Amino acid sequence: MLLQHAATAGAHPLEGTVASYLWLLPLLPLLGFVLNGLLSLTSAFHLGPDDPGADHGHDSHAAAAHDESGGGAHGDDHHPVQRHRHAGLVSLIGPGVLIAAFGLALAIFMAMRGLGEMHAPFVQRYFSWMPVGDLVVDASFQLDQLSMVMVLIITGVGALIHLFSVGYMQDDPGYPRYFAYLNLFVFFMLVLVLGANYPILFIGWEGVGLCSYLLIGFWFSEKANADAGKKAFIVNRIGDFGFLIAMFMLFANLGRLDFAGVNATIGQLPFGGVVVTAICLFLFLGCAGKSAQIPLYVWLPDAMAGPTPVSALIHAATMVTAGVYLIARSNVLFSMAPVAGLTVVLIGGLTALFAASIGLKQWDIKKVLAYSTVSQLGYMFVGVGSGAYVAGVFHLMTHAFFKALLFLGSGSVIYAMHAAYHATHSHEDAQDMRNMGGMKKYMPITWVLMWGATLAIAGVPPFAGFFSKDEILGSVFLRATHSTLADARWLGIPGNYVLYLVYVMGLAAAFMTAVYMTRMMIYTFHGPNRTGDKEREHLREAPWIMTGPLVVLGVLSVIGGWFNIPAALPVGPIGALEHWLEPVVGESTLRVAGGTLPEASHSLEYLLIAVAIVIALAGIGFAFARLKPQRLVPKAQAPAEHGFGLVLENKYYVDEAYDAAVVQPVVGVSRGLLWRGVDVGLIDRLTRLLVQSKDDDAAPGAVPMGGWMTRAVGYLGSQLQSGRVGTYAWVLVVGVLFVLGAFSFR
Amino acid sequence: MLAESLFFSAVLFTIGVVGVLTRRNAIIVFMCVELMLNAVNLTFVAFARVYGVAGQVFVFFVMTVAAAEAAVGLAIIIALFRHKQTVDLSNINLLKG
Repeated sequence: MLLQHAATAGAHPLEGTVASYLWLLPLLPLLGFVLNGLLSLTSAFHLGPDDPGADHGHDSHAAAAHDESGGGAHGDDHHPVQRHRHAGLVSLIGPGVLIAAFGLALAIFMAMRGLGEMHAPFVQRYFSWMPVGDLVVDASFQLDQLSMVMVLIITGVGALIHLFSVGYMQDDPGYPRYFAYLNLFVFFMLVLVLGANYPILFIGWEGVGLCSYLLIGFWFSEKANADAGKKAFIVNRIGDFGFLIAMFMLFANLGRLDFAGVNATIGQLPFGGVVVTAICLFLFLGCAGKSAQIPLYVWLPDAMAGPTPVSALIHAATMVTAGVYLIARSNVLFSMAPVAGLTVVLIGGLTALFAASIGLKQWDIKKVLAYSTVSQLGYMFVGVGSGAYVAGVFHLMTHAFFKALLFLGSGSVIYAMHAAYHATHSHEDAQDMRNMGGMKKYMPITWVLMWGATLAIAGVPPFAGFFSKDEILGSVFLRATHSTLADARWLGIPGNYVLYLVYVMGLAAAFMTAVYMTRMMIYTFHGPNRTGDKEREHLREAPWIMTGPLVVLGVLSVIGGWFNIPAALPVGPIGALEHWLEPVVGESTLRVAGGTLPEASHSLEYLLIAVAIVIALAGIGFAFARLKPQRLVPKAQAPAEHGFGLVLENKYYVDEAYDAAVVQPVVGVSRGLLWRGVDVGLIDRLTRLLVQSKDDDAAPGAVPMGGWMTRAVGYLGSQLQSGRVGTYAWVLVVGVLFVLGAFSFR
Repeated sequence: MLAESLFFSAVLFTIGVVGVLTRRNAIIVFMCVELMLNAVNLTFVAFARVYGVAGQVFVFFVMTVAAAEAAVGLAIIIALFRHKQTVDLSNINLLKG
């Protein structure tokens, strides 16, 4: 079957294999969305437990909601939690479609492996979407090695997080709605990575943004959560503006928007020219919004208002890496624009350092992980910006494993903490690390797995993060000596200085990463427990539906590095991922590197590896030396921060600065100028002048003339509809004659 | 031959239009609509002699649709008469603004 099809001239070798069911991949989660959405709607029309006001969420805001219900209402706090009546069915559909999609993805992956070499992407065209003049956009999917990696991450990690969600969200009254949104997110994410042209990618790009908004504000009955959703949505609009401009410029200069066409025609533009640099910079603006880079990172920490599995799936493992994917996908473009590459590297390095420093002084366990995500995304951009596309995608993959594990592990902890505080009606903050401590005694499995993920993110060998982070830092270092980036100038600064600077920033960020992650582990799991004497007996490990996925992710976090082992450390298959992605990014990697790949002597490579290990271990040691687990105090007794620590705890006051610089001026102009000035001052006054002042006693601010004029126009309009067929026929004939005349005498 | 046929169908069509515009009796208006349809049919057939049989095929479509339209239209007129005891269109103007 396979051979027959391969033999026919021109047909892609994947034609006729299981890969022709490519369209089914996104359709499965879409089916889940429809079914779960219907189940959610059926109950919405009945008086039932599906009331978003009845907040049974596990995050800290749930505790605050109990505050508002008043002290006297505690009596009914103990009624058994009312599960959604379709909860069983939803638990089957939600994760079921994801597991099916993952199975299909694996089968397609095997078919691709079976082919051996595959140089052209497998494109499936469904219909012509926008045939407008010169602009031809097809609804088509494209499968190549890069999108295959992304599909496996999305469906694999996604399936695990869906399973975890069954345990975490089962008792929530909005359970079907939750899974409907989550399935819809996976659908759009798959459209994003499978699209064969920029507009299709953009559909997925906007769709995941919508789902992110819906899920951040999942517990929307609390204003803070709804506000966080709006913030994410609005900040992302700024980035999308950049993406759109980039698409317009691509079409204006190349006339093509599909990846194959852009890659084939981009050679017409001059290397490093203004146009290609501008396109790349605008694309990167889109990436900075979606992937939370300076200056648009502010939405991601706030996005932690959503349920914790959502943070794991959308705001750590998949959606926020879409920007990294976009640059890897546009590798041919970026390899032509060294200045844009330097910008990406510099912003990535700055973000990595900046976010890591904020992570040092956060108390909310999810906020620590959020800033950690921003910082790790910075690393990925350093990788793809410096032309080491494989290293960036490699870190994307290992990060998906260990950061999903960290978030789900923190979800387990929060679940236990919330259950404990719920049982004793305490109003303490279930997400504040100062209220935790000593959890390793109560949650040993989570403790072991979280340490695995912490060592992975800190970059301790042989855990996954070590290999990917080392590869990024190593490739920046090597490209500083010889590459097109090093030869270019960034605002007058020689490119190799920028790359060395980013390398140092990366090392500093790696040190801080080790410190803040160890600090989080010490506060959460070590020392004596600070939860409270009554609460302590309620702390226990989460059910297996939640710890099971954690174990799988734990295994992946340990062995994830084996997917791409550097040649200097021959402990397994060398460079498997690099070899796999060769057909997609190989040419661009070579172009950025200036013709030949930077070959490091093994001694230099060992030196770089040694530096990375020493930095990671020093960070962990520093945290243990500074924080004595026995001496930590609960939140209520914690001393206030001062000096630079206070600045860090308040996130460098960036939110306040944005509020003063952007939000307040906009509000001021709308209120002072547009409302008081134009609306009340001009329009209302003008109308009062035009109309006799006999109805001055009407409501102030009303528009007297408006009513009169509206009625007059309405009367004229109503005269047209006489009800006589004859009149209508006349109008019709006159109209036909007019049109015919216009055509004859033009 | 073509010119005469086209002239004749144009005359027929104009008679139909004028009839629809000026007459008040719904039955006569209805007949005038049929006249217009048949004028178009005549044009189709006339052109079919020059450009091939596609025009003749279209005539069958028009006749089928006209038959269906006649059935529905007459039924409406009968229903109107039962309701108002008249088919004078100037009296039928309930649907107005």
